[in-house]
Amino acid sequence: MSQNFSIVVHQLDHFFGTGKLRKQALFNINLEIAAGEIVIMTGPSGSGKTTLLTLIGGLRSAQSGSLRVVGHEICGATENDLVQARRHNGYIFQAHNLHGSLTALENVQMGLEVHRRWAKADRHRQAAAMLEQVGLAERMHYYPGDLSGGQKQRVAIARALVSRPKIVLADEPTAALDKKSGRDVVDIMHNLAKQQGCTILLVTHDNRILDLADRIVYMEDGRLSKQPEPSALP
Amino acid sequence: MMRRFLNALQQRTPLGLKQLKHDPIRLLTAIAGITFADILIFMQLGFADALYKSNTQYPRALQADLVMISSEAKNFGQLSTFARRRLYQSLDVPGVQSADAIYLGSTQWRNPQTGQETSMLIVGQNPEQPALDLPVVNAQLDLLRLPDTVLFDQASRGDYETVIAQVRAGVPVFTEIGLRTVAVGGLFEVGASFSDDGALITSDQNFLRLFGRRDAGAVSLGLMQLDEAADSTQVLEALRDRLPGDVQVLTHAEYIDFELNDIQSESPIGFVFGLGSAMGFIVGVVIVYQVLSTDVNSHLGEYATFRAMGYRNAYLLGIVFEEAVILSVLGFVPGLIIALGAYQLTAAATALPLAMPVSRAISVLLLTFVMCGGSGAIATRRLQAADPADIF
Ligand SMILES: Nc1ncnc2c1ncn2[C@@H]1O[C@H](COP(=O)(O)OP(=O)(O)OP(=O)(O)O)[C@@H](O)[C@H]1O
Ligand SMILES: [Mg+2]
Repeated sequence: MSQNFSIVVHQLDHFFGTGKLRKQALFNINLEIAAGEIVIMTGPSGSGKTTLLTLIGGLRSAQSGSLRVVGHEICGATENDLVQARRHNGYIFQAHNLHGSLTALENVQMGLEVHRRWAKADRHRQAAAMLEQVGLAERMHYYPGDLSGGQKQRVAIARALVSRPKIVLADEPTAALDKKSGRDVVDIMHNLAKQQGCTILLVTHDNRILDLADRIVYMEDGRLSKQPEPSALP
Repeated sequence: MMRRFLNALQQRTPLGLKQLKHDPIRLLTAIAGITFADILIFMQLGFADALYKSNTQYPRALQADLVMISSEAKNFGQLSTFARRRLYQSLDVPGVQSADAIYLGSTQWRNPQTGQETSMLIVGQNPEQPALDLPVVNAQLDLLRLPDTVLFDQASRGDYETVIAQVRAGVPVFTEIGLRTVAVGGLFEVGASFSDDGALITSDQNFLRLFGRRDAGAVSLGLMQLDEAADSTQVLEALRDRLPGDVQVLTHAEYIDFELNDIQSESPIGFVFGLGSAMGFIVGVVIVYQVLSTDVNSHLGEYATFRAMGYRNAYLLGIVFEEAVILSVLGFVPGLIIALGAYQLTAAATALPLAMPVSRAISVLLLTFVMCGGSGAIATRRLQAADPADIF
């Protein structure tokens, strides 16, 4: 069944804390995302969107239920398996999280170096091509400190996509950007991901970009509903 | 193996280097700290070594294959005496070519220039046979045959400029040792020690005249030369068999170690300078730790991102240790250069024999690696805070 699905979440619960402080953040989540599908997740603050995203990305270990990402079960996986699983994904965060001591080009090639598959020169060539695609050919050797917010986020997209990941996980990528550059950034991400045929799961509060989605899912109080009431959208 | 490692290094993005270069102030702080620590360590080790050396200059200068001392000897200043008969007995052992007596004593002499009394070491040697590896002395042995004539160590502590000038000009200088008047007939140069301000060399006959109460049969040191063909360990064993327990026979190197051991156990030099070096080391550790942990802290977000991208913890450790190695080298090189300069200045100012053996430079370099590596290891504990789950 998972052949044509990139992400299959089945009866997933998640708890934070232990003992008296134990608090359930996710309740019986079921979600299937097909390969190449673009899914946007919305919902109120504190509803558990980021928690689900970090579990799918292997940034947090899942405790109960089942979580299959590109065919690998990562619920109950070892730290080592999680590290491997993370390499299949591209991440785009609200903050760009670029390394301040590396140029745009060097930051992007870090997305390739982790795979230990390409020589340095090759990595730099691929990274340069990727930066060209996000429209930053001129700014390749700039440090993040010398780039605008939108440019930094575009570098982050290049870094996430340069290794052609099967899945892109993005958490409010436009939140720190103004309207125009926010739209530019998601358009670039959308076009590149479509070219590469990769699956996108994007969390956002920004209803101006909902039109990109093949499907929208709605999270509230740790529960996922597949068909949000249009009136409930922010 | 090595080539694969180097190749991997070359393919890797040198993040540690880039992080250090990106913050020049932090880099300079760290380098200055390490340089300071290294200079401190170099100076302490240099002083300790110079003091050891300056207090074993005569033992080192002895010209002998084997050295005989009393079994009650403590150190060069307190050698006690043994019967000259033992030297004659040693000549029976095959392989021993010669055995000469040396008489040593400390006495007050009157500085001919200032009239002040100071303590001098007096060496009484056979004027027919070089006893010390000092060519200047050995060229003046015939002077020693003159009665009440001594050679004077021009590096002695105190004011002797006019004495030295006069003797150089060929005019003997007269002064008193006890009730006798002696002539300073020549000069040589070794240097002062802890126990004596300077030294005089004279013949054994003159020595016994100066120390009226000393018996010619009671000698301080025996210097033995071996036949060219003799095997020193065999001869040494034969001598130990042949001679009674009131004397001990050592090779020259063993005898120097004997003196060094005594200084190490009897004086606080080792402790004081060891403590000084440890302080330098600790200062270095603290500064490097400060720099590296601040650096890790200010990159926690980036590191968490790397972990989210699939980098292992080992990769992040590698960054911190890369920084540690770079800092070690960058801090050590100026430390070494400044220490070399400081050695020269100090040597000129104090007459202490300060020198930089390669072995010391290497051990301080290794110590610097340990210093930076250790601080790096403590700083990496902060890496655990780089949790990839916290960055979304
Ligand atoms: N590390 C944690 N420890 C304990 N509780 C946590 C932790 N992280 C999140 N939570 C709790 O889990 C719930 C879901 O948080 P989550 O960050 O997933 O919400 P969100 O939907 O992403 O909200 P937002 O839109 O504000 O980003 C919240 O009640 C939050 O307080
Ligand atoms: Mg969130």
